Amino acid sequence: MNANVSAANEPVLKLKDIRKTFGGVTAIENFSLDVHPGEIVALVGDNGAGKSTLIKIISGVYTPTSGTITIENQTVAMSNATMARGHGIEVVYQDLALADQQTVYMNMFLGREPVNRFGLLDRRRMIAETETLVKELDVRIPSAHATIRDLSGGQRQGVAIARATHWASKLILLDEPTAALGVAETAKVEEIVESLKRRNIGVLIISHSLDQVFKLSDRICVLRRGKQIGIRETAKTDKNEIIAMITGLQQH
Amino acid sequence: MSSAHSSASGQPASLVNRLNLQQYVVYLGFLVIFLFFAIVLKDSGFLTVRNLSNIMLQTAPVTIMAIGLVFVMSAGEIDLSIGSTVAVSALAAAVTVNDYGLGAGIIAGIGAGLLIGLLNGVLVAYVKLPSFLVTLATLGLFAGVSRSMTNLRSIPVTDSTFTGFFGSGSFLGVPSLIWWTVVAVACGHVIYRETRFGAHVLATGDNSRAASVSGISVPRIRLAVLLISGGLAGLAGLLYAGRLQAAKYTLGETDLMTVIAAVIVGGTLLNGGKGTIIGALVGSLMMGMLNNGLILMGLSVSDQMIVRGLIILAAVAVSLREKSR
Repeated sequence: MNANVSAANEPVLKLKDIRKTFGGVTAIENFSLDVHPGEIVALVGDNGAGKSTLIKIISGVYTPTSGTITIENQTVAMSNATMARGHGIEVVYQDLALADQQTVYMNMFLGREPVNRFGLLDRRRMIAETETLVKELDVRIPSAHATIRDLSGGQRQGVAIARATHWASKLILLDEPTAALGVAETAKVEEIVESLKRRNIGVLIISHSLDQVFKLSDRICVLRRGKQIGIRETAKTDKNEIIAMITGLQQH
Repeated sequence: MSSAHSSASGQPASLVNRLNLQQYVVYLGFLVIFLFFAIVLKDSGFLTVRNLSNIMLQTAPVTIMAIGLVFVMSAGEIDLSIGSTVAVSALAAAVTVNDYGLGAGIIAGIGAGLLIGLLNGVLVAYVKLPSFLVTLATLGLFAGVSRSMTNLRSIPVTDSTFTGFFGSGSFLGVPSLIWWTVVAVACGHVIYRETRFGAHVLATGDNSRAASVSGISVPRIRLAVLLISGGLAGLAGLLYAGRLQAAKYTLGETDLMTVIAAVIVGGTLLNGGKGTIIGALVGSLMMGMLNNGLILMGLSVSDQMIVRGLIILAAVAVSLREKSR
């Protein structure tokens, strides 16, 4: 975290000329984007525009065909999701990737459970850290001991974001975080996302809701058919321009 | 998983009650069956120390196998091959212990179980075949192997250290079969509940995609649980060989249903993600008690099978009801 503060204007993530092809089909071409600490960048585009491919490239699931990924001035080559996590990048997947019958605290530490000196699970630490974080982010769950399946959709989303926040030191990718939520729950999750800015990590959010994009983001990046159409500062654009860029009615 | 998102924010209070009830069903069932037999069979010797300790001794191999199956089922898999692994291991141990001594016998018995577990595990985890079909096939395969190994003969076990260690012996006044049960249950419980491995087994059975994106090697977990199950079925084979002082291809043949029933009655979900070792122990004692009591009641073998079948059916019903809500 300290490194981030000292280099506040350095991007946490820098994508340069990213290109990805599957066989002969080009999924992404000439994509470049910087995400700075404490900044929320929205990635918008129609279905099939390449947003998911891009998320998978950043999260290490796909390796780009060409182009470079730089994380805090260090060019990285990632070949799986574990490596991306090692670089401080966390993803909140659309399906949340929660184990439904396990407790909130076990999900928070899934795959990274702390153990004591006897090699046994350090439940006390997991519960304490979960409770602290859940309180900080104001995710209203009954307790760290609650089972995921007993939580509402918004609470689950909150747990998934809290988990990403706990482990991400640089960047969080949010894939449609409110697609399955009701109005009140969406508002709650948006609040949580907004509070991530204060943690000085970069946030890249995919959303179909332009209202949400305009409410949350600092900048908007538009993709269409694998091509980067443009990046706009949210304060200096409007919905009409973004819609035109998404649909292709306005060529820049 | 998709249904997970649509679940309502509010939940009826009765769910909590049902959850708790389900958790304690095995203890309640155990108590009810115990009281039933204690009253009905009070003149038939059910409550004698000798009879009760007999139940414990006879249950030991089933409990040991049940521990392995809790791991397998919690990971969302099944191991049907334990039914024939027992006999192969017992025979392998019997043949080697007579010729090469105690250590060789133990290694051969457990080793045979581990090898079968390895075969199942590789096919399930890396060839990605469903465990139900793989272990159904190996169940048949190794039932054949145990028959052809010995031409259907029974192999006596003459090594008295072996039979004492795994069967009739005792230590500090407690029969060795009870020691094996206690040690296996204690180790199983701690590994299952208190280690990262146990947590990863549960996560794998609960949501293998979530486990996988969390950095858990799902294939390795699947291989590991089938190895554990094979190894423990091998140990169960040693216990049979030790107690009966002989090994035969029929060993463990009828145990498969009992083990599955014990695990499910004990509170382990058939589809993975949730389970308990202690529950499986109590479930297995319950099945043993049921066996014993039904015999003492003078039920015919066919009636015993019917009653046991009905109990298993009831257990599965409770388990699936819990899962589908």
